[in-house]
Amino acid sequence: MEASELQHLVRGVIEDPGLTYRQRVQRLAGLAEESLDPPAVGEACREALNKRVICDMYEGHAPYRPRYVLPDYARALGRGSEHLELPPARDLDEALAYLLIYYSAVPSITGYPVYLGDLDTLLEPYAAGVSDAELHRKLRLFWISLDRMYPDAFTHADLGPDDGRVVRMALRLERELLQVVPNLTLRVDPRRTPDDLIRDAVETVFACGQPHLVNHPMMVGDLGEAYAAVSCYNSLRVGGGSHTLVRLNLKEAVLHHDGGADSFLTETLPHFVELTAELMEARIRHLVEQSGYYDHAWLSHEGLISLDRFSAMFGVFGLAEAVALLMDREGLEGRYGHDEAANALSYRITERVAGLVAARPMPYCEGNGGRAFLHSQSGIDLDHDVTAGTRVPIGDEPALPEHLRAIAPHHRLFASGVSDVLAFDETARGNPQAVVDVVRGAFAIGMRDFTFNLDSNDFIRITGYLVRKSDLAKIDAEGARHGSTFLGAGAVEASHGHHRAPKRVISLESSPRAAR
Amino acid sequence: MSPPLGLLADVVPFSWVDGPGNRFVAFFQGCSFDCLACHNPHTIPLASVHARQVTVEGLVDEVRPHAPFLSGVTVSGGEATLQADFVRAFFTAIKGDPGLGRLTTFVDTNGGCAPEVWDALVPVMDGAMVDLKALDPVLHQRVAGASNEPVLASIRQLAAAGRLYEVRLLVVPGVNDSPGQLAATAEWLLAVDPGLRVKVIGFRPHGVRAAAREWPEPTEGQRTAYRAALTAAGVRELVVV
Repeated sequence: MEASELQHLVRGVIEDPGLTYRQRVQRLAGLAEESLDPPAVGEACREALNKRVICDMYEGHAPYRPRYVLPDYARALGRGSEHLELPPARDLDEALAYLLIYYSAVPSITGYPVYLGDLDTLLEPYAAGVSDAELHRKLRLFWISLDRMYPDAFTHADLGPDDGRVVRMALRLERELLQVVPNLTLRVDPRRTPDDLIRDAVETVFACGQPHLVNHPMMVGDLGEAYAAVSCYNSLRVGGGSHTLVRLNLKEAVLHHDGGADSFLTETLPHFVELTAELMEARIRHLVEQSGYYDHAWLSHEGLISLDRFSAMFGVFGLAEAVALLMDREGLEGRYGHDEAANALSYRITERVAGLVAARPMPYCEGNGGRAFLHSQSGIDLDHDVTAGTRVPIGDEPALPEHLRAIAPHHRLFASGVSDVLAFDETARGNPQAVVDVVRGAFAIGMRDFTFNLDSNDFIRITGYLVRKSDLAKIDAEGARHGSTFLGAGAVEASHGHHRAPKRVISLESSPRAAR
Repeated sequence: MSPPLGLLADVVPFSWVDGPGNRFVAFFQGCSFDCLACHNPHTIPLASVHARQVTVEGLVDEVRPHAPFLSGVTVSGGEATLQADFVRAFFTAIKGDPGLGRLTTFVDTNGGCAPEVWDALVPVMDGAMVDLKALDPVLHQRVAGASNEPVLASIRQLAAAGRLYEVRLLVVPGVNDSPGQLAATAEWLLAVDPGLRVKVIGFRPHGVRAAAREWPEPTEGQRTAYRAALTAAGVRELVVV
């Protein structure tokens, strides 16, 4: 970047009336990072990046903090922190106050913590002996603090799989407060999570679009007991996280391929998977070796994270278009989501990617046996004409039973998360148990993540995060308190209007928007 | 005796409006009533070129792939109890199947069948949703083309057998929606079962035949009034749609 261009961009941020002070600081930091050269990669990799066949998510040119950090908050509350001069928490007031302090010292790609802990598990012991009214009052203030102090929809808390007073109170507060933060996940274990709790969660979604639901036994099988869903549906190991997220646009990969499905799978796909891995490796090495983050971080020194529980995320998106293009080249009829042949091809593609990623050693990824985690990436606000992750294109969804059956076989491959957002109509309100049945069925046939929306509340789920329609309506005139609302605005704009959650979209990348 | 065959108008693998939870619904062809407000009048004739014949095993096999997602199965129509032998065999097969035995079996009925039909079905069914078009016999004859005596008897019999899940009242403004009619209906129903779940279905002209097309749809205000009248009459579990 030329100095004059940088100055122009910096000036634009400094004088942008729609940005809060803190949003300006974050964007200025992004611009400073952009002024450096990105980590060196080979010519083919750079070209694939320039043509956006592969994408670095605009994380920045000089990675100096992991994309997703999942501190071990149970350890923090139990032992205290030397760095932050905090003793172990002795009661609920201390636990809540100390958590707010810990969050403020946890980095992420957005500047805000993407993981707030398994809040019910963390707080349930402290809630013993606290009356329901007191629990409500204290947690309500905590919930309000989260939304006001960490105004970013990627800030994520986890609940479940067991029933308890805190999880129930958390769901109640979600319905009462209708906040964007925290983004919320309920882990569901068919054997441990009662129908009544899932129903409570389902009715909470009716009110405010939260929580997201995950298949707990499947997650434990892939990630171990200490895992969490963070940001927008990234499932990672607690005490670790993900250095980076780099993604491969499967549609673009097919467009750079001459020929049909077989040669795509044997030649072109491995080529681009390797280029994606090359970019990922360069970014990881910069973070670990050059920035030295893990050597210096207080979280490392105090054992709240450890490098050997980290890995990196290898994302894919645009599967639907890749399938459509290859079917066309093969002279075959059939659409992904609707026809067996197209679905079968989609599974061949994701299984091939999974095999290639599992065979590619990745440095500093001991959190997943020295390999990257595969992730079905749900888009950013700059994506156009390409479907998020492994989703069926918006507007082309088959009936619910066929839809679930088409997408479910992909889920086992994506240990670090796969978001399929389902749109349910108002009928659901009259029969929440029906949604509970569908959730249980989805997990029984192997779905990992389950999210649904109703259109009748104030929230739009963009990819995995929520924005309020009422906030979007005033963003041009007044800006937005939540940084993520800017991304949501871009995403809605990109999908031509305010109809249901655009399936193309986001994650938090503030730098490209700052550069506008 | 050869195994019974069923004549179906259609099936819906996932339904959220035909009983508790997500349900597989089989709509049977043929009905004993001739309701002016019927939304699916093509299911009234006892035969139709669009209907298809199924075996019990065939229908069970249609349910099977959806089982992980279901609370149960519902037979509807038309009027499923006109094919009670098939329904009994179908429910028996569901209950006896190791993979499907947990599914509940419900009947969506006009209540017009004889007591012996319920005697046969009660052992293999978990619940019934019964339509009550009107408590007044003259009005019932007019809107349903049949007497309501068997309907009232069915409601009593199913309640006594512990199988009455819900009574549905189709309410049409100016036809059967006066506060007096609603209160009298509630009083009668609560005498049968004080905890009865009552669902009020506001009339919608979609799909109905010409004779009913002039009937108005209840307004939001009227729906609120129905809710108030039935609540005042003592209905505790009330759904208004």
